[in-house]
Amino acid sequence: MTQPGAPLVVLDHVSMTYGQGVNAVKAVDDLTLTIKKGEFIAVVGPSGCGKSSMMKLISGLKPTSAGTLTIEGQPVKGPINKVGMAFQSSNLLPWRTAVDNVLLPLEIVEPHRSRIGKEKAAYREKARALLESVGLGGFTEKFPWQLSGGMQQRTSICRALIHEPEILMLDEPFGALDAFTREELWCMTRDIHQARGVTAMLVTHDLREAVFLADTVYVMSDRPGKIVKVQTVDLPRPRDLEITYEKPFQDLVHELRSYIGKH
Amino acid sequence: MKNWKENILAPLIFTVALLILWELACRVFSLPATVLPTPTAIAKAMVQYWPAIWENSLQTLMTTLLGFALAIVFSLALGIGIGWSKFIYGALYPVMIAFNAIPKVAVVPILIIWFGIGTIPAIFTAFLISFFPIVVNVATGLATTEPELQDVLRALGASKLDIVRKVGIPRSMPYFFGSLKVAITLAFVGSVVSETIGANSGLGQMMLAAQAGFNVELVFAGVMALAILGIALYAITALIEKRFTGWAFRAEGIG
Repeated sequence: MTQPGAPLVVLDHVSMTYGQGVNAVKAVDDLTLTIKKGEFIAVVGPSGCGKSSMMKLISGLKPTSAGTLTIEGQPVKGPINKVGMAFQSSNLLPWRTAVDNVLLPLEIVEPHRSRIGKEKAAYREKARALLESVGLGGFTEKFPWQLSGGMQQRTSICRALIHEPEILMLDEPFGALDAFTREELWCMTRDIHQARGVTAMLVTHDLREAVFLADTVYVMSDRPGKIVKVQTVDLPRPRDLEITYEKPFQDLVHELRSYIGKH
Repeated sequence: MKNWKENILAPLIFTVALLILWELACRVFSLPATVLPTPTAIAKAMVQYWPAIWENSLQTLMTTLLGFALAIVFSLALGIGIGWSKFIYGALYPVMIAFNAIPKVAVVPILIIWFGIGTIPAIFTAFLISFFPIVVNVATGLATTEPELQDVLRALGASKLDIVRKVGIPRSMPYFFGSLKVAITLAFVGSVVSETIGANSGLGQMMLAAQAGFNVELVFAGVMALAILGIALYAITALIEKRFTGWAFRAEGIG
């Protein structure tokens, strides 16, 4: 078991290329970084800079073209169920209620997969408790279309967490929400990270979001994505929304902004 | 009942008005009954020949439903195969399109050569004419599973079979049931066409015999029976669709 603060994910000169021959497109180039256990990192950059590709690499969905990638010291060769993912679109299954949507990963991942048939009630209780912890206590039996956009996104994040993954991967999860809901979900994500000690990777193009949530912000360049800036955010935790209006926060955001769109 | 004005009153008024107009037109222009009988004459014929109409309707219904059932089983398997693998899709699609383009009337004589005059060609025609829309719809439902959702599941180590079982198949069910409404009417057309060409019983055969005997009222009574059966089959399929895929007919969300 990796101790909090010890290296969990290590990328060493990792590149990734889509396609072959003349059609080959380099998505990310020469990434070297370490994600510590329990750390919250954010990856920011312009559209199409390979932020999502980086996520697919770490989750084992795409193979690296060069370099080495290890999680807990083991090379990543394919999907590992140590990650939970949530995207901009909540992708909930419309024929399942919120609680049944949250249970979906447990129907895939062992050892839950073989147990869920027999211990359905206990698992449902666990999923309900998780939904309750993000403020959806009264909505567990609702269908996705009966939930607001923010509630759907909360459910989607619960689905990413239910199998207690090592790494929570969020790919622009708040991009489609209105500003107030987005800030509410920032706080929810902050609390989840705090309470569960999960390692988190957030892909976003909202610099305020990145600074508010992350311990370390990586700025990526245009394609092929390279890391052009690593910014440690040492604002004290727990962070309150108020800090987003204060000078140290805004200076950081301003500083990061100057790296976007430059090479 | 909600919306009874649109759902019951409006179609009723329209249908009755149409029948009245028909009746009046026949009388005003004094059309001979051998060209276009009046609705009342047709109704009379329906009562008079009721045993024959009933018996032949049951036969047509039976061939339609058997052909339709075959089509469901076959197209579900084929649709899942095509939606599952690009290779199977590439292999089968051109042949399927070619097959679908063949007018099924042209196939009936072949079926009669193989199986003789009777029930089996009608069942097969119903099957052949109705399977295509089901296959296409099931395959579309499967093939359009959101890539992000696939990533969520694949990252958990889900196999292709897991994804198809948990997401693909439930997701394609509205497409499937939607296509059943089209397919059931097509199956019906198929069996009647086949009965008209070569059968010993069924509404198509009954109408053909009535036409040969210049019994125009009975021909039209057959048309009426077909129309009523067609509506009934469609309505039952629509009801089943609502029952199984209610989630796809979503009500208003809360924002």
